[in-house]
Amino acid sequence: MNNLVSCKVLVVGAGPGGYVAAIRAGQLGLDTVIIEGDRAGGTCLIRGCIPSKALIHAASRFEEINAHTGDGKLGILVPQPAQLDMPKLIDWKDSIVARLSSGVEALLKKNKVRQIKGWANFSDAKNCTVDTAQGIVNIKAEHVILATGSTATALPFLPYSENVISSTQALEQHELPNHLVVIGAGYIGLEMGIAYRKLGAKVTFVEGMDSIVPLFDKELTKPVATWLKNHNVEIEYSARAVSVIEHGTGEGATLTYSDKNGIEHSIHGDKILVTVGRRPNTQGYGLANMCVDMDGAFVKVDNQCRTAMKNVWAIGDLVGEPMLAHKASAQGEMVAEIISGLKREFNPSVIPAVCFTEPELVGVGLTAVEAKSQGIETLVGKFPFAAIGKALAMEAGNDGGFVRITARKDNHVVIGIHAVGAHVAELSNQFATAIEMGARLEDLANTIHVHPTLGEATMEAAMLTLGHAIHI
Amino acid sequence: MSNYLIEVPDIGEGIAEVELVEWNVALGGTIEEDDVLCLVMTDKATVEIPSPVDGTVTWQACQAGEMIAVGADFVKLQVEGEGNFVESQQATENASKPEKATTTADHTVGEEPVAVTEKEAVPVNKEVKAAFEKPSVNSVTKTATASNRNVTAPRPEGQKPLAAPAVRQRAMDAGINLNYVRGTGPAERITHNDLDAFISGQSSAEAPVASSNSVANESIEEVKVIGLRRKIAAIMQDTMQRIPHFTYVEEIDVTELEKLRIKLNKERADEQPKLTMLPFFIKALVVALQDYPEMSARFDDDDNIVYRYGAAHVGIATQTESGLVVPVIRHAETLDLWQSANEVKRLSTAARSGKAKREELSGSTITITSLGPLGGIVTTPVINSPEVAIIGINKIAKRPVWQDGGFVPRDIMNISSSFDHRVIDGWEATLFVQRIKSLLESPATLFM
Repeated sequence: MNNLVSCKVLVVGAGPGGYVAAIRAGQLGLDTVIIEGDRAGGTCLIRGCIPSKALIHAASRFEEINAHTGDGKLGILVPQPAQLDMPKLIDWKDSIVARLSSGVEALLKKNKVRQIKGWANFSDAKNCTVDTAQGIVNIKAEHVILATGSTATALPFLPYSENVISSTQALEQHELPNHLVVIGAGYIGLEMGIAYRKLGAKVTFVEGMDSIVPLFDKELTKPVATWLKNHNVEIEYSARAVSVIEHGTGEGATLTYSDKNGIEHSIHGDKILVTVGRRPNTQGYGLANMCVDMDGAFVKVDNQCRTAMKNVWAIGDLVGEPMLAHKASAQGEMVAEIISGLKREFNPSVIPAVCFTEPELVGVGLTAVEAKSQGIETLVGKFPFAAIGKALAMEAGNDGGFVRITARKDNHVVIGIHAVGAHVAELSNQFATAIEMGARLEDLANTIHVHPTLGEATMEAAMLTLGHAIHI
Repeated sequence: MSNYLIEVPDIGEGIAEVELVEWNVALGGTIEEDDVLCLVMTDKATVEIPSPVDGTVTWQACQAGEMIAVGADFVKLQVEGEGNFVESQQATENASKPEKATTTADHTVGEEPVAVTEKEAVPVNKEVKAAFEKPSVNSVTKTATASNRNVTAPRPEGQKPLAAPAVRQRAMDAGINLNYVRGTGPAERITHNDLDAFISGQSSAEAPVASSNSVANESIEEVKVIGLRRKIAAIMQDTMQRIPHFTYVEEIDVTELEKLRIKLNKERADEQPKLTMLPFFIKALVVALQDYPEMSARFDDDDNIVYRYGAAHVGIATQTESGLVVPVIRHAETLDLWQSANEVKRLSTAARSGKAKREELSGSTITITSLGPLGGIVTTPVINSPEVAIIGINKIAKRPVWQDGGFVPRDIMNISSSFDHRVIDGWEATLFVQRIKSLLESPATLFM
């Protein structure tokens, strides 16, 4: 099938940015082709958000069940400790991924998007060849949407190997490591490390900064730090990985790092998980031939995701922080609409960020400190889940969780909502909606919130900020 | 402390209900014996209702503009010493909710049930008609708008306009930069309405100046149609519904009449009033009515009887501060030009000062309406029901008229007349107007 395919829109990469762009383009009646070297779904679906949530769910279940052994808990006694079958856990996780991936492919098909499997190689901005299983395909497109995503960053002196792994491999371990050393206590490292701790592994973090998830402030991450401490997870702050000695199959590796005083330590781990960030995928598909401008490591785009080259668009992790699936999807949808002739721009008030640690973290909008640096005076109210009945009834009231609202002092417009606690990720969309709609504290305080729910904390936090919370 | 109930007093003239014009003492206010509680209005008269005792007002049966029956529970006072009724528990409740008190209060004070319907406050408009979509009246408009203007425009440099995603998208679609759109929502949030206003060119961020007419004025004033205005409204409504109007306009050359009028005014004695066009017109009407007696009439359409009057009781539509009234020149056929002028002057002054007597404001058999001095070439007068004819006088203007082979300037005046087409045919109406025309164009004939 050495032939020429022409299309209106060519999407490169079928992750949450690319596949959404392709589906929307298809809905809008644009002749669309999508190229993907792997299954559809991208990092998010295949080796990120979804599989990690499956692993976290299973780990939490395992930990919960084991909490009922011994003297039991809530009057429920499990006579023997639960047993972990890692290969079966991974199989279950894979089945979720497979189901979602085939779902995405079905959606693409339903919207008449042609899918081509293979790696694209652009000779110029609008032409590429794809080496597919059926032979070379030449594609000529009017519009190209680059949605190539990102890859876990490797440390140059710590190359990935059998025992030095990235988050991708961390999701595919068929054997539970006795000791997992995690370099980087950012959100990916923490999510994985906490899951492994729940599954029974000993976990140690080596973090370059002086706090965990530096993206969030210390008040917010304190309940997570407390959980880690209570579960004997050691964290080496302000430390720097220096080198690693790989011991071979089944033998683990030894990491050498220098602590905050510059003193070197060695630590043995069955696996060394490196989660020091992600970098955009800009290599290996002829980006250099497409005449786009760069912005550091990212492809430079404007507020409509246009690159410097006419009719070449770029979205998602490729164009900058935050590298989040929902941002990529929003951009993909927007670009498809712009190509179809609609007027759109990427102009969100906030991009919510969520971290599935124990307990969960949500950050939407500005903190008081960030607002102050912009010269905005704020009112802040923090309402604890310990005062929420539903939280107590579901054992979610004792982890130090809270909802914290930050509003402008002058007009009470809510500019940030942050939360930590069990299941708070599910509250994040209310937070984002409130801010996008321009809600004031009074809007949240006067909206009747359902009792009993965790979400009541949002209303109470708004009331608290106004000085009249009921339940505290 | 005890309670004292005041009923709507009978103010005579066989009046069954009155309209509350205004309360002189508010709910919760105190009043002394013989001080005025409120003003009520009957058909024509406005009457003050005094309080029979000292006390504090705890309940009022109705609000300004509402009708209430004579004898109905009207006001409750809390008084020192002995009251005249015992408040039951429910009545106390009602006292705190005066707006819904009228119907229930009657039951609780324990009077004969027959009285109940009579005593209910009569709602302003009972007729069934198409629902009027009520605007939400913003009572804070003025000050709020003023402060809004100061705060809103222009928003601080670099501050993102506050608007929901759907509003942002609509602005984008319309090619509008929200930085220039004024937000009227909470915290100057830009609403869909603000965007609409901006699109329709009625609003912009750079409209801080109150005098700028580019700012949409969103204020709505609630004006209660009460008193005379409500009466006019009801009569006009009824008149236009019942009477098929036939309106006929003719132009009249009043050049000769004007000469006569000016001459008479020059020669008038000091005690004689200055003549306007109106006395001549009344005179013309009186003369024309001799030939067309069907025009001075009142039509009882319930009994299908037209009462033709030998007299010419000429109503003169008069604008007063509170609205339109029609004082009547009785037996105009008995008055000469100067008497007629005197009567017109006296009645219009009385009407404008509110001192016209009831009988001076009713009983006309034909009406004259004049908007002449204000301009206008044609009017469509509304008959002063139950009369059958009304004559409207329009402005006199110099117009070129073809006469004897050339254009000459003449004083031309239109008269616009309406007739009740049920009892007056177009033919008769036309002849009547032509008769008036002929009289006015040859003023000498007025006095023959």
